[in-house]
Amino acid sequence: MESSHLRQQIAAMRQSFFDEEILDGQFCQLERLENRGNPNFVEEVLTMYFRDSTTLLQTVEQEIETDTIDLAKVDMMLHKFKGSSASIGANKVRNNITKTRQLLEEGNLEGAKLAFRELRMEHDNLRAKLEPYFQQLRQVGPVETATRPKGSDHA
Amino acid sequence: MNSSSGKTYMSTSNSSAGWKAGDAAADQFPVGLRVLVVDDDPTCLMILEKMLRTCLYEVTKCNRAETALSMLRENKSGFDVVISDVHMPDMDGFKLLEHIGLEMDLPVIMMSADDGKHVVMKGVTHGACDYLIKPVRIEALKNIWQHVVRKRKNEWKDFEQSGSVEEGDRQLKQSEEADYSSSANEGNWKSSKRRKDDEDETDDRDDTSSLKKPRVVWSVELHQQFVAAVNQLGIDKAVPKKILELMNVPGLTRENVASHLQKYRLYLRRLSGVSQHPSNLNNSFMSPQEATFGPLSSLNGLDLQTLAATGQLPAQSLVTLQAAGLGRPTGKSGIPMPLVDQRNIFSFENPKLRFGDGQQHVNNNKQMNLLHGIPTTMEPKQLAGLHHGAQSMGNMNMQVASHGSQSSQNNPLLMQMAQPQVRGQMLNDTSLGHPPRLLSPMGQPILSNGIAANVSTRNGIQENIRAPSYNPVSQTSSMLNFPMNHAAELPGNSFPLGSTPGISSLTPKVAFQEDVNSDIKGSVGFLPSYDIFNDLNQHKPQNWELQNVGMTLDASQHSNSLQGNLNHAQSVLVQQGFPSGQVNGQNRSATVVSKAMFSSGDSTGHVNVQNGNQHLNSLLVDSTVRIKSETPTILYPDDFGQEDLMSALLKQQDAIAPAEHEFDFDGYSLDNIPV
Repeated sequence: MESSHLRQQIAAMRQSFFDEEILDGQFCQLERLENRGNPNFVEEVLTMYFRDSTTLLQTVEQEIETDTIDLAKVDMMLHKFKGSSASIGANKVRNNITKTRQLLEEGNLEGAKLAFRELRMEHDNLRAKLEPYFQQLRQVGPVETATRPKGSDHA
Repeated sequence: MNSSSGKTYMSTSNSSAGWKAGDAAADQFPVGLRVLVVDDDPTCLMILEKMLRTCLYEVTKCNRAETALSMLRENKSGFDVVISDVHMPDMDGFKLLEHIGLEMDLPVIMMSADDGKHVVMKGVTHGACDYLIKPVRIEALKNIWQHVVRKRKNEWKDFEQSGSVEEGDRQLKQSEEADYSSSANEGNWKSSKRRKDDEDETDDRDDTSSLKKPRVVWSVELHQQFVAAVNQLGIDKAVPKKILELMNVPGLTRENVASHLQKYRLYLRRLSGVSQHPSNLNNSFMSPQEATFGPLSSLNGLDLQTLAATGQLPAQSLVTLQAAGLGRPTGKSGIPMPLVDQRNIFSFENPKLRFGDGQQHVNNNKQMNLLHGIPTTMEPKQLAGLHHGAQSMGNMNMQVASHGSQSSQNNPLLMQMAQPQVRGQMLNDTSLGHPPRLLSPMGQPILSNGIAANVSTRNGIQENIRAPSYNPVSQTSSMLNFPMNHAAELPGNSFPLGSTPGISSLTPKVAFQEDVNSDIKGSVGFLPSYDIFNDLNQHKPQNWELQNVGMTLDASQHSNSLQGNLNHAQSVLVQQGFPSGQVNGQNRSATVVSKAMFSSGDSTGHVNVQNGNQHLNSLLVDSTVRIKSETPTILYPDDFGQEDLMSALLKQQDAIAPAEHEFDFDGYSLDNIPV
């Protein structure tokens, strides 16, 4: 059946996120918070996340590309970004943030810039992967949504 | 209310009410905990809010520290706990922490993606109650209520005491005083506790309870008189009226005697059912006890002393107890037996009953039979514990009931102890008048174990304590009481809350004797199995209640004989108790249930044995939890799932609410009935 096939696809997609470690257990926590009364909770959270993260990344990028970097400000922003990324389970993104911050702290500006670019890439990659995932989830309907992502099969 | 969340939180009507320490709504504690969460990141804020809502807390979110501060200032008592991020644009999280600490003195939990040691240290030095590292998991949020309770507890200590008195002591003292002042001390313990928590309800309740139901406290002395009268008349010919005449105690009513007699009869029946020679009940009973209770006797003595010291135990009772204990070797040692017996009784049904194993030690296997028939879903251990309590309680109830009422905290414990044990032993003794013995055997172990420790602790146990007085329904009540007493007596902690660890450990222990102490705890703890007692003060021995519920449920099985059959009652209770015990997943909820049960049982106390029994029967039939004073035991259908129990209890609670005063049961709602 199409729907079951779709569901399988979705499940596979989801599993790949974990396998690739772009998402971690925290994502499951979010999934668990979802329920009948709030079937699209995860998607909502992710939407909010990407909305803020896009803006933030742009700001940081601008900042580090200038000659006079406001390190404190950048660090603060990255710190906040780390918090939200960790909260949604964006594993790789979070790790990249940590790396970038560390390099900045060490004064390794070039290294930090590189790391930041990598961070940006991971972030965009995550979004690119999650968008179709949620789209398909919506297609199969809330019922499935409620049950499937619940990580029942996937840890 | 617990619809959406996967949790089994059961929220009663008042769950949504602002949760205030010591509030009636606290029954469901920590449901309804009012949390203010501050974080400038909207994603985190959204997630946190959802998580907190899932925990059934009342959440207010805020993305700016200034806003949060003004919110707090506007409504100083509108929140119970604050969770705040460390890094915020408009104000440093630590600064906010300082402000809150100074102005509102609320517990504040800091949060950050930063887990650097220095930051965490900063949180600590600034006075944060806890420090959470992002990503925050819901499990971490589930336990934040502990900070609220802890803070409250500490505050109370500061207020009340002059600095040297231990909080627990205070409670004890309060309870003691309360106990002595009113015969219906059920509320006392609670009230004292409540007072500590600034709760007025308790006081009211207490007053009402004392006013409404002056209970007859069957002191050791009184009981001895009773037994003497009964013996004089002949157990078969002993009718309340005549007994009353013989006893010639002013103020004692025929009803008092009648219910007491009923209990006594059940007790005797149980003893004889144990295969002990009826006539030699005393002897046989005693001896086995001795054997088993080596440890107990020591406990007894100890407990007695302690109890006496605390004044919990009525001086007289104490003396008698000691005398009994000392005078009768069996008495003391017997005590252990009773416990064992009790255990047996409990284990009758469930082979798993821990006690069953323990019983073996004791000769009380016979006792076990009593419990037979009660298919308790509860874990054997729990049952065992319950049974113990119940059994001993049954008999003891008489004594305990009186005692229980007397000493809000300590006494109940003592009583409890003595009762369970005593029962077993005492029953044997035709001269039941050895209340002391009763107390010691059971009471001691229990007391010593958790109770003593917990006595000072708070909460839940109080409720339980009341249970002791409950005794009414034959065994069941005892069982209930027993645990309850423990719980109640234990100033709350041992029992559901704190004692969980202890108790849970107990339950598994079958060998009652050996673990008498531990068992006792167990029994006490069976409440804990519910984990109810997590709830500290607020939670009254909900778990406990559940247990009771469990017990009553079984009662239905046995139905009818409640009155006449202590055994049944016991078994019923036991069974009932267990199911509830099982609930223990979450103490909280369990306590509620148990409370319900308990309370009903309690109030009736021995006095209502008769009524209680009758009711029990009816209850049994109905398989509904009736916390009403009439039926001490709440009968719940055996298969009552925990959830069912909870709901039943909840219902009961509602029903019982009016009778609260009697039972002293806070009507904890089954809130976290572990499912």
